[in-house]
This record gives sequence, structure tokens and C-alpha cells, in this order.
Amino acid sequence: MLSQIVSALGVVVGAVIACSAYFYFSNKILDLALPVKDGDIRAASRNLNRRALVRPWLFIGPALFLLIVYLVYPVVATFILSFYDRTGLQFVGLANYKWAIGDREFRQSIFNNILWLAVVPAACTFFGLVIAVMTDRIWWGNIAKSIVFMPMAISFVGASVIWKFIYEYRGGNDVQIGLLNAIVQTFGGTPEVWISIPFWNNFFLMIILIWIQTGFAMVILSAALRGIPEETIEAAVIDGANGWQIFWRIMVPQVWGSIAVVWTTITILVLKVFDIVLTMTNGQWQTMVLANLMFDWMFRGGGDSGRSAVIAIIIMLAVTPIMVWNVRRANRELKGH
Amino acid sequence: MTAIGSYFKIGPARLFVHAAVLLIVIIWLIPTLGIFVSALRDKDQIVVSGWWTAFVGSTQTAAVRLGTPDQQKQEGATYVISGNVLEGQTGRAVKAFGNRIQQPAAYKAGETADLGDGETLQINSDGSYRYVKNAAFSPDERPKRIYASVSAPPEFTMANYKTVLTGEGIGQSFINSLTVTIPATIIPILIAAFAAYALSWMEFPGRGLLIALVVGLIVVPLQMSLIPLLRLYNEIGNLLGQPSKTYPGIWLAHTAFGMPLAIYLLRAYIAGLPKEIIESARVDGASDFEIFVRIVLPLSFPALASFAIFQFLWVWNDLLVAMVFLGTDKDHLVLTGSLNALLGSRGGNWEILTASAFVTIIVPLLVFFGLQRYLVRGLLAGSVKGG
Repeated sequence: MLSQIVSALGVVVGAVIACSAYFYFSNKILDLALPVKDGDIRAASRNLNRRALVRPWLFIGPALFLLIVYLVYPVVATFILSFYDRTGLQFVGLANYKWAIGDREFRQSIFNNILWLAVVPAACTFFGLVIAVMTDRIWWGNIAKSIVFMPMAISFVGASVIWKFIYEYRGGNDVQIGLLNAIVQTFGGTPEVWISIPFWNNFFLMIILIWIQTGFAMVILSAALRGIPEETIEAAVIDGANGWQIFWRIMVPQVWGSIAVVWTTITILVLKVFDIVLTMTNGQWQTMVLANLMFDWMFRGGGDSGRSAVIAIIIMLAVTPIMVWNVRRANRELKGH
Repeated sequence: MTAIGSYFKIGPARLFVHAAVLLIVIIWLIPTLGIFVSALRDKDQIVVSGWWTAFVGSTQTAAVRLGTPDQQKQEGATYVISGNVLEGQTGRAVKAFGNRIQQPAAYKAGETADLGDGETLQINSDGSYRYVKNAAFSPDERPKRIYASVSAPPEFTMANYKTVLTGEGIGQSFINSLTVTIPATIIPILIAAFAAYALSWMEFPGRGLLIALVVGLIVVPLQMSLIPLLRLYNEIGNLLGQPSKTYPGIWLAHTAFGMPLAIYLLRAYIAGLPKEIIESARVDGASDFEIFVRIVLPLSFPALASFAIFQFLWVWNDLLVAMVFLGTDKDHLVLTGSLNALLGSRGGNWEILTASAFVTIIVPLLVFFGLQRYLVRGLLAGSVKGG
């Protein structure tokens, strides 16, 4: 055990040093290759110009390399692969897309994904906003916020274990040790195997993501709420608005931009959601979503790169409008600077 | 007092807010509490009672036999068998007892029960009893069987942790997770900070386009990258005669996947640093490398810290990237991976699952509560701007 820790520590330190060394020595070499000496002024100014031309790319090079190899190239390669057969060698045209449209499991996944997209971002944003409004008004609000925010630190797998325990079902006359079934039983209901009830089980899985992500929405929206000018709300209070009206007519419109940011961020997250479904049901009992179906086809029966590529492309298409909106927003912001 | 503050101070509305927030906090806390408590319980108790009963202790009905007739002592006209029904069990107490299974708690502890036939029985809460008869117990009589409800105090144990840390591969996975996470947190910060500096303070053609690319790539789903990268890794592995699933491989993958957000967050911060400082350093003849290392890096500490926390949590909690690029064999399994494997193989063994889950979430929780301030700051820098 100890030798493993030591060797792990060794590679960790080595990797970090190697990375730092790149930046240090590449800059050093550039300075040596294009010297700026006092003697020859013309050569010096020419070299200075050349340095200024090269140096940004030394700085940005590793990042750009990683972005291209790990994100840009795969998008292109996946698109191309989606027209090839399972081995990626034989061109099959639109066959994979046709398969997808006809596949029951694929349609089930699309349906479930839409369900997730309809429920989770809305629920997180709504709860986040309500909790932000309420916790901003009480003295122990920050403690409450920390607790609601806490699941953000927990992995989806960890969260799945936590909630699987809540949903735990014991058959026969055994004592229910799952909290949900114990509560149901106390109120005279019948305990159920919650995660295997088709259709409704999707919602039981969504609750996990809502539990994790509401804290994120709350933090962002709470900051946005603080930005609302005091006078606006004062004026509303004087005009006799009640709490409900202040919330819907003043607060919500004022933080609309942040609501959009939160909503889209969680939407992207939902499209990528993988761990929860894998650990809770592995797609059984009609809970399959696109990300899991794609992973499944990547390895099922030795893997089918064509079919999984099609599913990846569908996920990508769903994200594209958000991507365009993001870039536009960033551009506007840059011009504003 | 602010206007909203005083508005909400009005009687019932304010009370309602307190009650509602309390309810929310309880709902959010309880799931995690459940596994924390269960992981500390005896594994036999986890399956017979809900974890929420762990704090109050449990009461169980136990069948006990009293002493045999040969232990009887004569006291005047009566014969007495005495002893203790809780022999060898510390910390427990008798609440009630009875002599018929239908009424196992017919008499309270300390009460004298009239059992008929001139027999009486008294059991005290410490377990000591006196079984009295007005005649001798006949020697061939079987020892009396009675029922007692025995309360046990809350009991907690570290045994489950010992089991998972030594026996279930969780200890090894913990080291693997650290080996993956630490470089995958530090390297992207370094690379992204250099890039962010170049994108904020160096003039070069294509800068605007690169910024747009970074922003666009923030939302590219990870799933897109898996198949082409897996192929690339296999080819490179074949070429070098090395296995394709290595730590450097996963470090680079995490670094790259965290890169767009890292550059975006750090650029927003670094571009906002005061122009005068950087320009005066340039006038003094400092190179960009020196400016970056001596001025920008120290000044950007808050932004670097907040991104570091993000990346740390993200990498530590990741399952997909680790499954694809590091594999699922025992030597390379990270914590999330082994927890997932345990869910499959030990699905009903809650003592194993809860203790393992605790081990996987304790590090991120410590990081989270220790550095929450920075985490929130980072979130706000990225999302609220322009919102």
C-alpha cells in the first residue's frame, strides 16, 4: 500500500513538473533563438516583432492542441463515423439513422430525455429561486444555503447510493428500511419497488438530479436577486404589493437573464446525464436515456461505433442551439468591454 | 432594516418562511444523513430496523429461560430461583416482561407478576429476577420460559469502514482516485491560465475567433468525444507498445474536457485585472512570461482557486471518463467506479454500500465545506456576468 502511495505521488509530481517545464523552456528557447542585443538595433527590433508573433502561440498552444484533439476533431470524426457500419470501415449511408428512427429503445430514450428536459431544469430553477428568496430573508439563511448546496459536492454515483437507500424495498412482512416505503407504510399505503414502476420511475431518478442541482440554481439566483435595486421593491411595498406580487412581478422579471443561464446550464447537464441511470437501473424498466444508450452501443456485443455515433450526433444537435446562443452572448459581452 | 426585510417581518409571513426553509433543509439533509448513520450501525441492525431508529436505541422482544430447579433456594416457606436475564449483556435494560408469547410485555419491569399456582415472578430493569414458589420446584420441571422486551442503547461501530477499506478494494480505489484527480486538477489550471493570459493581454490575429471557439466548446457533450478518442488511444497504444488505458491518458482527457470552462472563467478574471499594472511592467522591460508568473498568477489566485475546486470535484466525481479511458479492472478502478461495481455485486449489503459511499464523498465534502466561499465566487464569475 505504502509503495503505491509513494509511486502515485511520484507520477503526480512528475506530471506537474513536466507541464511547468514546457512553459518555462519554450519561452526560454524562444528568447535564445531570437536574441535582442543592444548592438544591432535593426536585428533586435525584427527579433522583438517575431517574438511577439510566436509567443502567443507558445502560451495558447497546449490549450489549443487539447481543444482540437479532444473536442473539435471528435465532433468531426463522430459525424463521419455515423455513416459507417459497426466497425467503422464500411460506408452505409443513412442506415444507422434509419435504424435509430425505427428502434423502440431509441424512441424510448428520446421520450425519456424529453421528460427529463421538461422536468429537471424547470424544477431546479423554480426551487432554486424560491429557496434563494426565502433564505435571503432569514438570519440563518447562509447555513440553510450551505446545506441545500452541499449535494453539488457529491458524485452522481454517491447520490445514487444515497437515494437507492431511500427507495429501498423489502418484501413480505419485513420491516421497511427505505425511508420512502417506511413513510408510505406509516400512512397506510403499500410499499412499492419504486425504481421498477415504468414511466413513474423516471421521476424517481429525476429527483436525484434535482436534489443535486437545486443548490447551483439557488446560488446563482440568490446573487442575481441581491442585484435588484432596493428602491424598486420599496416602491412596490409602498404601493401595497403583497409578497406574491413582489415575487412574480418584480423579482422574477429582474433576474430573468440569470434564470435563462441556470436553465440552459442544467439543460446541458441533463443531456449528458449518464451516471444516475447507469447506477440506479442501467436503463432497465424503461428508464433508458440517450447518453446511456450511446454508452451501451459503444460496448454492446463488442461495440457498434456507427450506431453509438448516431446517438452522439443527436445529443450534439440538441445542444447546438444553446451553443449558438452562448457564442452570441459572449460576443455581445466582448464588444461591451 | 431593509424594505424587504421589514416586509417579511410581518407576523405569520415571517414564521412561514422560517418553517418552510427548515422543512427544505431537513429534506435536503436527510438522504445523506441516512447513509452516514447506517454506515456506523451494526450490519445486522441495518436490515431489521430503519436507520432513523438508530438514535433512540432499539427494543427487542427476547425469549429467555430462567434458572433450573436445582438452583432453587429455600427462604422460609417459599422457594426462590434468582439470577439475571441480561447476563453478559452490558448497556441493556429490561422494559417489561410476560410469560405468554401473546403478551410478551404484560408486566412492567420491577412489578411482581402473579403467575398462578402460587408462583410469582419479579424482573427488575437491570435484569435481576426472583422467581418464587410457595412450594419446592420439582426437579424434573423444565426451566421456565418467559419473554422480555429488552431495550438496547444506540450502538455505533467502525466495523463497516474497516471491512470496506481492507476488503472491498476501496482503499486501492481511493489511491487511484487521488492519482487521477491531483494532476487532472493542477495541469488544466496551468495550461488554461497561460491561454487565458494570451487571450486577454496579447495581440495576435485570430484572437476573437479563438475566444468564440472556446465558448462554443463549453457545451459540446462529452459523449461526442468518446469513440474517436478511444480509437486514437488504441492506435497510439499499439504504436508505442503500451496499454491504451493509462494515467497520463486520463489526465489529458480530463484536462481537455475541463479546458473550455477553465479558459472562459480565467479569461474573464484575468482580462479584468488593472491595465496599468501590466503595462507598467512591460515598460520596465518584463517579458510576457515574467509578467504572467510574477504578476498575473499571484493576482489571479481567487479565480484559480475557484476553478481548482470545480475541477477537483468534477474529476473526483466523474465516472464516465474513468470508465472509458482508465478501464474497469481492479488496479485502475477509481472510487466512483468501485462504488458502481459494488452496487451491482453487493446490492443488498447496505453496510458495505453505505460505508463505501461515505468514503467516496468525504473528500469532496471536506473540500466543499472548507472552500465553499471560493466555489461560490467561481460560479458567480462564470454565470451571472451578463445575465
